[in-house]
Amino acid sequence: MSAEPAQGRKGFTLAQYLICMKGIVWREGLRFVHQRERFISALVRPLVWLFIFAAGFRQVLGISIIPPYDTYVLYEVYITPGLMAMIQLFNGMQSSLSMVYDREMGSMRTLLMSPAPRWFVLCSKLLAGAAVSVMQVYAYLLIAYFWEIEPPTKWGYVTVFPALVLVGLMLGALGMLLSSLIKQLENFAGVMNFVIFPMFFASSALYPLWRVQESSPLLYWVCQLNPFTHAVELIRFSFYEKFEPTSFLIVLGCTVVFLGGAILAYDPSRGLLMRKAGA
Amino acid sequence: MRSQMIRALLVSATIVGCAPAHANMAYVTNEKGNTVTIIDTTKLEAIKTFKVGQRPRGVALSKDGTQLFVCAGDDDIIQIFDTKTLEQVGSLSSGPDPELLVISPDGGTIYVSNENDNLVSMIDAKTRQTIGTIPVGVEPEGMAVSPDGKTIVNTSETTNMAHFIDPATKKIVANVLVDARPRFAEFKKDGSELWVSSEVGGTVSVIDPATHSVKTKIRFEIPGLAKEAIQPVGIRISRDGKTAFVALGPANRVAVVDAETKKVEKMLLVGQRVWQLAFTPDEKLLLTTNGVSNDVSVIDVAERKVVKSIPAGSFPWGVAIAPQ
Repeated sequence: MSAEPAQGRKGFTLAQYLICMKGIVWREGLRFVHQRERFISALVRPLVWLFIFAAGFRQVLGISIIPPYDTYVLYEVYITPGLMAMIQLFNGMQSSLSMVYDREMGSMRTLLMSPAPRWFVLCSKLLAGAAVSVMQVYAYLLIAYFWEIEPPTKWGYVTVFPALVLVGLMLGALGMLLSSLIKQLENFAGVMNFVIFPMFFASSALYPLWRVQESSPLLYWVCQLNPFTHAVELIRFSFYEKFEPTSFLIVLGCTVVFLGGAILAYDPSRGLLMRKAGA
Repeated sequence: MRSQMIRALLVSATIVGCAPAHANMAYVTNEKGNTVTIIDTTKLEAIKTFKVGQRPRGVALSKDGTQLFVCAGDDDIIQIFDTKTLEQVGSLSSGPDPELLVISPDGGTIYVSNENDNLVSMIDAKTRQTIGTIPVGVEPEGMAVSPDGKTIVNTSETTNMAHFIDPATKKIVANVLVDARPRFAEFKKDGSELWVSSEVGGTVSVIDPATHSVKTKIRFEIPGLAKEAIQPVGIRISRDGKTAFVALGPANRVAVVDAETKKVEKMLLVGQRVWQLAFTPDEKLLLTTNGVSNDVSVIDVAERKVVKSIPAGSFPWGVAIAPQ
C-alpha cells in the first residue's frame, strides 16, 4: 500500500472515521429514500418472479425434499431465497451503476478527495449499499409473509440477517470491481447483461442443482463455480436456521477477493483508474 | 451465530420444561414392504422396522398399548404383536382380506371389515373368537365405533353407503347413501356427528347419527389441480370437536376443516398420495402416511404447519399411535 492511506490512518480518530462512514451511508440512504421508483422497482422485480414466473412453473404437488427443507415445499417457497439474492444482486449492480454515474458527474472525485483512506471510503460505500439491499430484502419478506412464505420459526428472520449482510457485501464488492472497469455509463448495460443474467440463471436460485445435473453435468459445474449459487444457498440455509459452511467460506472468500480487487482498482497510486480515466 | 445460540438455549429450555416427555411410538404399516415402521414421535425419526404379514394396511393398538393389531390382507389374518418384544403373539382369523379394524371403546370387541366377503366381523378381544358377522354392502372398508360403543358404522365402497349397525342385535339399523367410494368413517368424540369420506366423489359427508341423514357435504378445491386428483380418505377430528383434518390422497394435501362451520380453512402440503392420519395422544402432532413418496409427514396441529417428513417403508398405508 502507498504511504498516503497510512498517513490518513494515523491522523484520524475513530469518531472521525464514523463521521465519514455516517456521511456516506446517510447519502446512500437518502438517495434510496428519495428515489422511490428505485425502491418500488427493487420490490416489484422479485414479486413479478414470485407471482408470475413461479405461478407458471408452479409444481402444485410440491418439490422433493432437499436440505435444508425437512418436508415438501411449494415452488414459491423454493425460489424465495433465490429472489432474496436477486434483490441483492440488482442492488449491488445498481450501486456500482451509481458509482459510474458519480464518476461521470464528478461527485466521485469529491468522494475520493476525502481525507479518509481510500479503502475506508470504499468500504463505507459498500456497507451503505449492503444496508440498503438488506432493507429491500426484508420489505420483500414482509410481502411474502402474507403469501405464507416464511421460515419454519420466526428466528429464521434473525438468522438470515448475517447471511444477507455478507451476500450484500459480496455482490456490492463485485459491482464495485466492475464499475472500476467500466469507462462510461453506456457500457454498463452490456456488462450487466453479461453479469446479472448468467449469474442468476446459472445458479440454484430457480431450480435445484440436482435437476440441472440431470440435464447437463457441465452446466452443473458452472452452477457450482458460480459464487451466486453459494450466496443463494447461504441465504436458503440460514433462513431455515441452518449453517452451510461451504457456501459461507466461498461467499466470504469472494467478498475478500472482489473487495480487494476494487480497492486496488480504485487506488490512484496503482494507476488503474487513472489510466482508465486518462484513456 | 449468537441468535442461533440463544435459540438453542431456548429450545433446550422448552425440552427441559416439558420434561416427562412420553416416548410416543407411531406404528406405520407399509403396504408393499410387508413391514411396520416404528416412528418415535418425540424425536421425529424412524427407529425400527419389523416384518409382518403380506399387504399390511389397517392397524390399531389395544387400549393399554401392549398389543398391536395388523390387518395382513393377503394372508387373510389379523396379526397380534407384543409392542415390547415386537414378536407375534397371536392372530385373529378375520375372514378373507381384512382391510381395516376398530376396537370398541371398552376394548372388548374388535370390528373388522372383510373386503371380499361383504361382511363385518365381530371378534372377542379376549377369546379371539369371532362372535358374529354382519352382511353389509359390496366392498366394505371404513369402520367406526360411536364413543358410547352402541353403534358401529361400516362404509361399503361399491354400494356407496354408510351402514349403521347395532352391535347388540348384530343388525343394520340404517343405511345412508353417500358419494362414490366411501373409504373412511370417523365419529366426533361427543358422538354428535359422523364424518364419511368419499374417495371418488371427492367429498366428506357429515351425517347426523340420530336421524341418519346427511347434514352437509364438505367439498375441497385446490387451485391448479383437477377435481379427480382430490380424493379424501383419512379423517381425524380433534377431541374438542373444533378442528378436523382430511387426507386428500393424490392431491398431496391434508385439508384443515373447521369442524363446527365445516369450512375448509387451510391446505397443508405433505408427501405423495396421503392416505391415513393419526394424532399423538396430546393432539399436538398429526402423522400422515404418504403411500407414493414412502414417507410420513408430521403436522404441528396448533401451528397448522408441516414440520417434517420422515422416510418410512414401501407404500405406507395405516398409522396407529400408542396411548400415553
